[in-house]
Amino acid sequence: MSITEAVSTTRSSQIKRMVSPFLRTKILFGGVVVTALFVIGLLAPFISPFDPNRQDLDATMIQPQWLWGKHLLGTDQLGRDVLSRIFHGARISLVIAVAVAVLSGLIGTTLGAISGYRSGRMDLLIQKSVEVMWAFPPLLFAITLIAFLGQSLHILILALVLQRWIPFCRVARAQALTLRSRDFVAAATALGATHTRILCSHIIPNLIQTSFVVGTFAMATAIISEASLSFLGLGVPREIPTWGSMLSDSRAHISTAWWLPLFPGLFILVTVLGINLLGDGLRDVLDPKLNRSGTRGSL
Amino acid sequence: MFGYVMRRLFATVPVVLVVTIIVFSLIHMAPGDPLTLLLSEDANETTIKLAREKWGLDQPIYVQYLNYLSILVHGDLGMSFKYGDPVVSVIASRMPATIELAIAAMIISVSIALPLGALAGARPNSWIDNIGSSIGFLGISMPGFWLGLILILFLSGTLHLLPSSGRDSFGIADAPITGIYLLDSLINRDLDQARDAITHLAMPALALGINMVGMLMRVTRSAMIEIMHEDFITTARAKGAPEHRVIWLHGMRNALIPVLTVVGLELGTLLSGSVIVETVFAWPGTGSLLISAINSRDYPLVIGTILAYTLIFVIINFVIDLLYPLVDPRIRLA
Repeated sequence: MSITEAVSTTRSSQIKRMVSPFLRTKILFGGVVVTALFVIGLLAPFISPFDPNRQDLDATMIQPQWLWGKHLLGTDQLGRDVLSRIFHGARISLVIAVAVAVLSGLIGTTLGAISGYRSGRMDLLIQKSVEVMWAFPPLLFAITLIAFLGQSLHILILALVLQRWIPFCRVARAQALTLRSRDFVAAATALGATHTRILCSHIIPNLIQTSFVVGTFAMATAIISEASLSFLGLGVPREIPTWGSMLSDSRAHISTAWWLPLFPGLFILVTVLGINLLGDGLRDVLDPKLNRSGTRGSL
Repeated sequence: MFGYVMRRLFATVPVVLVVTIIVFSLIHMAPGDPLTLLLSEDANETTIKLAREKWGLDQPIYVQYLNYLSILVHGDLGMSFKYGDPVVSVIASRMPATIELAIAAMIISVSIALPLGALAGARPNSWIDNIGSSIGFLGISMPGFWLGLILILFLSGTLHLLPSSGRDSFGIADAPITGIYLLDSLINRDLDQARDAITHLAMPALALGINMVGMLMRVTRSAMIEIMHEDFITTARAKGAPEHRVIWLHGMRNALIPVLTVVGLELGTLLSGSVIVETVFAWPGTGSLLISAINSRDYPLVIGTILAYTLIFVIINFVIDLLYPLVDPRIRLA
């Protein structure tokens, strides 16, 4: 089979996979959810019916009023509007998800590319760091860091990035190892290109597609991690409304106010589900082989 | 085999060392003097001076680290401010609760995920595969602690079926044998206690296991899809073996290796998850201990718990490595 034929078969099988209805639903649903997250997160101050921190002690614990009332999803024990708080919580989730995915993606992919391309001492050093970071159960590292360094958005992002770069690094390294022996790299070397140049213009560009897929999963984990940490009271400072801290507050009122634990959690579930479906759909379309690469469960 | 075990064991040493370095530097990076972390707030001048000499805080940093390490190696993690007991014994007293919860969560998720994943993988793109995939996606996307809250809301709040917190209603903690209540009550042949232990265990275990269900199911499925294309499957079918025998005996047995790896890796997630789920259900294990220690600024206990968690995680990964040849005799440990 000639190269053009091979390419055209891959194309047509890609298109075939694209039209599979299950896959199309996945990508569509995921795309809608992620777009909604961006829109709500960016526009939260404009579309929220109330100030998320405005207390109204005359209107505490109002049940969801659906279409008729002014508090669509009800109010909490301090009379704060649940919907407005959820919209502002989306903002935090969005900031953290994007920051963690982008930063850990940049660090992990670069280190993975270097590690795979330049075996030897550099590779050993990077792989040892991966091994050490792997020795911490996920999330526990973030808890440790925050317990000692205090709570802030920056430390939270730092704590998550320090663990999230690893999946990027592993996937990138595995790919760089095979890219290294490809003809275009040999050609570039023969033409006298430096290692830096080969890495920047031949290796890394070929890793971007895969890193993008890993990145969507990193966004999903970042959102759950932030919610978990905020739930434990170790996330961002208390005065910022987040989905996790709303759930944490709801525990004291769980027997009287069902809507307080229900809605923030539903938003987390739908958001994370959407991102996971989008990532999975993209992976199927872009690179079916990635499905089985040795990336950690909670990618 | 022995050589492999020793080499593998030896390889974990640097990892554990670096973990202690990280924890040690965090103590020093924390705002304020390490002494303010290690002493209670009402310590006076002389106590501080004595403590500084006692812990060698007037010495160079690498000497401090080596001292710290030698204390750790002797199994001394200091005293907990809050409980007034040695950190080691406080953690040890809470450990059985966490182990019980983790094992229960593991059993629940494996018994849901493996059959579902195997069936889905044996018939890709069938209705059972689509249902299985949907459950899998829901599983990995649902925060376990939120599922916990919702379970409390319905099963405890509305239906009054299960208790919403704690480990038992009788207080069998007074005479623990293993510290794992379900096991203890079975040893004592006390069915009421056993039922009590199960009702307390059910919701936290499900909340903790739910994420693993999704992960395990997907790995089982993809391992199964690959195995079902192997020649020996065709051979088994050609010999006229019934389909259930082909799936479970010929397929599943061979799909177990990647599944085992994920079970091992997910144990770490399970450990981290236990921190949150234990907090939701007021489950008296090491996870809720860690959070209460952080909240009460009981730093010796915080450090001790973190080191304990990391050590357990390293040991689990080590054991998983040793299990491979049992599942797949083709893998020889040279």
